[in-house]
Amino acid sequence: MEEDNREIFNKNIDLKMWKKAIKYLAKYMNHVIGIVIAMIINAATDAALPLFTEYAIDNFIAYKTTEGLGLFIILYVLLLILKGMTIYTFIYLADKLWHLVSHDIRVDGFKKLQELSFSYYDRNATGSLFTRVTSDVGRLTGIISWGLVDMIWAISMIIMMTVYMFMKNVKITLVVLTVIPILAVISVFFQKRILFYSREARRYNSIITGAFSEGIQGATTSKTLVREESHISDFEKKTDDMRTASIKTAVYSGLFFPIVSVLGIIGTSLAIWQGGVMILGEVITVGTLTLFISYTLQFFHPVNDMARIFARFQFSQAAGERIMALLEADIDIKDSDEVIEKYGNITSDMPVPKLKGSIRFENVSFRYKEGEKVLDTFNLSVEPGQCIALVGETGSGKTTIVNLTCRFYEPTEGTIYIDGQDYKTIPLMYIHKNLGYMLQAPHLFSGTIMDNIRYGREDATEEEVINAAKMVEAHDFIMKFENGYNHVISKGGGGISTGQKQLICIARAIVNDPCIFVLDEATSSVDTQTEKAVQRAISKVLHNRTSFVVAHRLSTIREADRILVIDKGKVIEQGSHEELMKLKGHYHNLYTSQFIDDSNKDLFGTPEPLPVED
Amino acid sequence: MKKYRLLKQFLRGNKAAYIAGIVFMIIAQLLSLVNTFIIGVVIDSVIGDILPEGIAYKGLQLLGGKEHLMHNLWICGLVLVFFSAFEGVFMFLSRKYSAIAGEGIAKNIRMDLYEHLQNSTYLYNTSIKTGDIMQRCTSDLETVRNFLATQFQDLIKCIVLIVASVSVMQKVNTDLTLAGFSLMPIIVLGAFFFFRYVSKKFLLADEAEGVMSTVIEENLSGMRIVRSCATQSREIEKFIASSLDYRNKDLKITVAFAWYWGLSDAICQLQIGVVLVTGIILAVKGEITVGMLTVFMTYVHNLIWPIRGMGRVLGDMGKASVSLGRIQEVLEAPREPGRDDTGLTPKIEGNISFENVSYEYTDGNEVLKDISFSIGKGETLAILGKTGSGKSTLLHLLVGLLPYEKGSIKVDGIELGEINKRHLRKNIGIVLQEPFLFSKTIKENISDNNPDITDADIEKATSIASVDRAIRNFEKGYDTMVGEKGVTLSGGQRQRVAIARTLIGNCKVLIFDDSLSAVDMQTDKEIRNALRKHCADTTTILISHRINTLRQADLILVMEDGRITDRGTHDELIQREGLYKQVYDMQSCVLDMAKAGE
Ligand SMILES: Nc1ncnc2c1ncn2[C@@H]1O[C@H](COP(=O)(O)OP(=O)(O)O)[C@@H](O)[C@H]1O
Ligand SMILES: Nc1ncnc2c1ncn2[C@@H]1O[C@H](COP(=O)(O)OP(=O)(O)O)[C@@H](O)[C@H]1O
Ligand SMILES: [Mg+2]
Repeated sequence: MEEDNREIFNKNIDLKMWKKAIKYLAKYMNHVIGIVIAMIINAATDAALPLFTEYAIDNFIAYKTTEGLGLFIILYVLLLILKGMTIYTFIYLADKLWHLVSHDIRVDGFKKLQELSFSYYDRNATGSLFTRVTSDVGRLTGIISWGLVDMIWAISMIIMMTVYMFMKNVKITLVVLTVIPILAVISVFFQKRILFYSREARRYNSIITGAFSEGIQGATTSKTLVREESHISDFEKKTDDMRTASIKTAVYSGLFFPIVSVLGIIGTSLAIWQGGVMILGEVITVGTLTLFISYTLQFFHPVNDMARIFARFQFSQAAGERIMALLEADIDIKDSDEVIEKYGNITSDMPVPKLKGSIRFENVSFRYKEGEKVLDTFNLSVEPGQCIALVGETGSGKTTIVNLTCRFYEPTEGTIYIDGQDYKTIPLMYIHKNLGYMLQAPHLFSGTIMDNIRYGREDATEEEVINAAKMVEAHDFIMKFENGYNHVISKGGGGISTGQKQLICIARAIVNDPCIFVLDEATSSVDTQTEKAVQRAISKVLHNRTSFVVAHRLSTIREADRILVIDKGKVIEQGSHEELMKLKGHYHNLYTSQFIDDSNKDLFGTPEPLPVED
Repeated sequence: MKKYRLLKQFLRGNKAAYIAGIVFMIIAQLLSLVNTFIIGVVIDSVIGDILPEGIAYKGLQLLGGKEHLMHNLWICGLVLVFFSAFEGVFMFLSRKYSAIAGEGIAKNIRMDLYEHLQNSTYLYNTSIKTGDIMQRCTSDLETVRNFLATQFQDLIKCIVLIVASVSVMQKVNTDLTLAGFSLMPIIVLGAFFFFRYVSKKFLLADEAEGVMSTVIEENLSGMRIVRSCATQSREIEKFIASSLDYRNKDLKITVAFAWYWGLSDAICQLQIGVVLVTGIILAVKGEITVGMLTVFMTYVHNLIWPIRGMGRVLGDMGKASVSLGRIQEVLEAPREPGRDDTGLTPKIEGNISFENVSYEYTDGNEVLKDISFSIGKGETLAILGKTGSGKSTLLHLLVGLLPYEKGSIKVDGIELGEINKRHLRKNIGIVLQEPFLFSKTIKENISDNNPDITDADIEKATSIASVDRAIRNFEKGYDTMVGEKGVTLSGGQRQRVAIARTLIGNCKVLIFDDSLSAVDMQTDKEIRNALRKHCADTTTILISHRINTLRQADLILVMEDGRITDRGTHDELIQREGLYKQVYDMQSCVLDMAKAGE
């Protein structure tokens, strides 16, 4: 996610944010100190080098002697070794600092992502969370460590050059220094614009990358809709935008460098003018003049560095703010202090006791957003081992009910009891580790099939895994792969059909041996034969466990102990399949109308208005 | 040679700017040498007492002679500023034109790639890995652009600088010139080998970064599974391991760079020192003046960094060639034939017939075997068959995505292969099994910004597809963005938007490749009813696993293993044993169950 450049352009530096970011440096104070020292020495050697030329001109050449040249060479070599060493040191330390701090912040960010509740993920697209822990972190820490290097160097360099010059001649120095403020103003002006347009260009670049990706993935769709031409012309617009922004960047930096170097030459001219007169008056030497000339030619480096750091700080701020927002986000659902006091800090790698699995909703109300109540004083009581089926239109609140049960969300009002205890007084991990949860879109991780089935319980033996796979009738197709259980599933799970993925996910849940099972439309569009297999697997799994099943297919629902028909967050009918069919209400309607030939009823009339909406 | 032609192709339309960029750069470089020389002359002949020769002499005379200048040093300053302003102007022009050329080249490469990918064959599109092609379109493209626009110019700049500096220096003093270049070969070669060496380390670090990204990506997309399996600790461990690995690989590069920059800086500085010391000795002997020594020092100083850069450019040149080759591969992929203005464009009514059509993706592996059937205008054809039985392949043949060789397909009696592809697809609309929605607004997805399509048309299409109400319920209605930055549509909503998008084309033939799988039965029925009402004249082909969706078709084909194993109407098919009846029984037991409940 790219922030709006325009806004940042005029934003001030937010010290609070930077303070927080700089706290991460505390661990590596020795690195920071090392960098500071190395940079000061480095700047000193940079500023000292022209002194050698000066000395050479004023002593060896002026007096036509090579006496002392040996010492001169030794000193020079020592200085350049010192300089090489400082360069080694600061690159090593700054780069290391960059990577170390990046790693630290990344880990903190990732840990935080593991704790944040579903509601946080609802508000933030995964793509943007991904960039926060990757490129945003890199950008923030890059500017902190390299910004430090550049800043110290620039400051020391300016100070040292000024000091040396003042020591040589006050008047020339004062005249020459007049270009510095102008340099500074110009540098700031240009650096901001250069950075602005280069970021615009980068933004367009990512748009173009996106367009390429769509162009490739949607190529067949474009063909069938005959939209190639219009896509190509859309794409051309994007590349034109990119080109314009890139050229603007180049024009600004193309203007900047000549202007700055002309300013440098103005400084040089001032030095020649003032210095020349003084040489003629024998106030200074030729060597000193060359010293001034080389300093004035180098002036713009440190000034420009400062301007660039300033601009970069401004533009990296948004990245920093995003990371800090993540690190400081409130976790909605976590163990309360009392729970932690009683049970200790339970993390996901600790063993937890088994729950029995009785669940009770007492006057539960829930809303995702202010003002939109999804559940209103909802009541439900489930015995251990019971299977509850939820049916109803899309959007009626079925998923919400099961997510509340899993404590992925907590009720806004009312209480949910698990095994007779308010579930907020049970450690979160006790609940989650007793949970088997399957979704419409089966998710596999990259790795082998074995790894995937074992995902929830790493210590499961191979035998347990194979048993689970056999139980869900996945064993046969798994063995058809060349490497059997060691078949590697590539990123995204290619090479395996959806139905097969579902079977693997069910096997994964079985290995976990949970006491509460949730199947949220876990059987979807697979052909009729595969569907049968999935259903057989599910009915085996559900045996003797508390379970919630959300499904459209009657064959799955029918066997439930109790069916709840949900409409707009309320239970409108409930009972066993037989009871509900006798009722001839909503449920009856739903399933008979589905299969009675639609041709004779409402062929050309409008179909019965049923509030089916996604 | 082919690569050279490709480079020329990318340069098209930008040659003038490209050459201008190079010419201006050369002028700017020469002017900068002049500037330095002026400083030297001023030190020697205006402030000092050495008699100038040649141009320098003429220059001094022109400005009023040594005496005059000595008392008016500001004139020298002004001349210096004047020349450097000139240099600045050319430097600016050079940068500007180089940027225009470079960005123009980048645009050309992008457009060529994109255009080619849009027009390549369906088989090519399905055979490629998106990630691989993406890399060619982004980082390989960047490498080539960078080479053409920056590195090649840098190389020329470096050569110009060397030649020009040497010829000036040579005139002043040969020994000092030799001294000035004594360490340059080490500097070039050092950079050359270092950057070759370190690029391997970069690859390793990139891979490690990729691994880490995958861990994050999978964790975020599988977040619900992670939570419900309570494996956070393990995920964190896994992440820390991958992040550490990445960090450590980066640190190896750090060390390499620290050594390289430290050492190479010391050598460069040593080179300047060599000039200084040789200069001192020569000056003491009276063979060179102070001013000229300053000129030498500045020249060498200004040369050293570009020369170090040149080593890098040479080291990276291999990469540019590899990248160019990878781009070339994409541009040489087969293009879909019959796309331009060739082929017939008859008025299509919607009568379709297949005669003995067979198809194989790979030799000897027939996926369709001897398919024959025909349907007339306005009729409905339905196909039932297991996954992999060849249903989609059959339909892809009909819209010309795949070329057929055996048998004959006729649309209104005209051989399909002779019809212009675009014309064909404008008349035969297909909703793909996995439709792709573009990350634009819903409205743009449906209308493709076609000015001929009114809002009323769009609403009609969406209401037939039964998605009108759902769209209106979005905060931004039809202007809702699809995808990451907007609403993530549910599977059913995606399918229905895709249906609306196909309906808007008013095609004579409509094909639904299992396009109702993710919508519930009720909506499925609504859509079919609406279609029957509004598109009565349209020939319709439906693939579905649901008997209910298929049962009203005029003709139902049962496909098994690439063959049509049975055909007939619903009533006929349920009379005989076979796949259709099996599926029917399985699905209608639901009805029996429902009845049993009563
Ligand atoms: N993460 C969410 N944020 C905001 N609203 C949501 C979220 N998930 C669901 N809703 C809304 O809550 C209502 C119930 O949705 P849901 O429980 O998913 O229904 P079902 O599972 O029956 O389809 C719907 O109106 C839906 O739009
Ligand atoms: N692009 C392709 N390249 C090679 N084989 C393919 C390709 N697309 C499909 N196939 C193969 O052709 C057969 C038929 O596939 P398809 O037509 O998609 O079946 P269906 O639509 O009935 O599920 C399958 O065995 C499949 O693996
Ligand atoms: Mg198919």
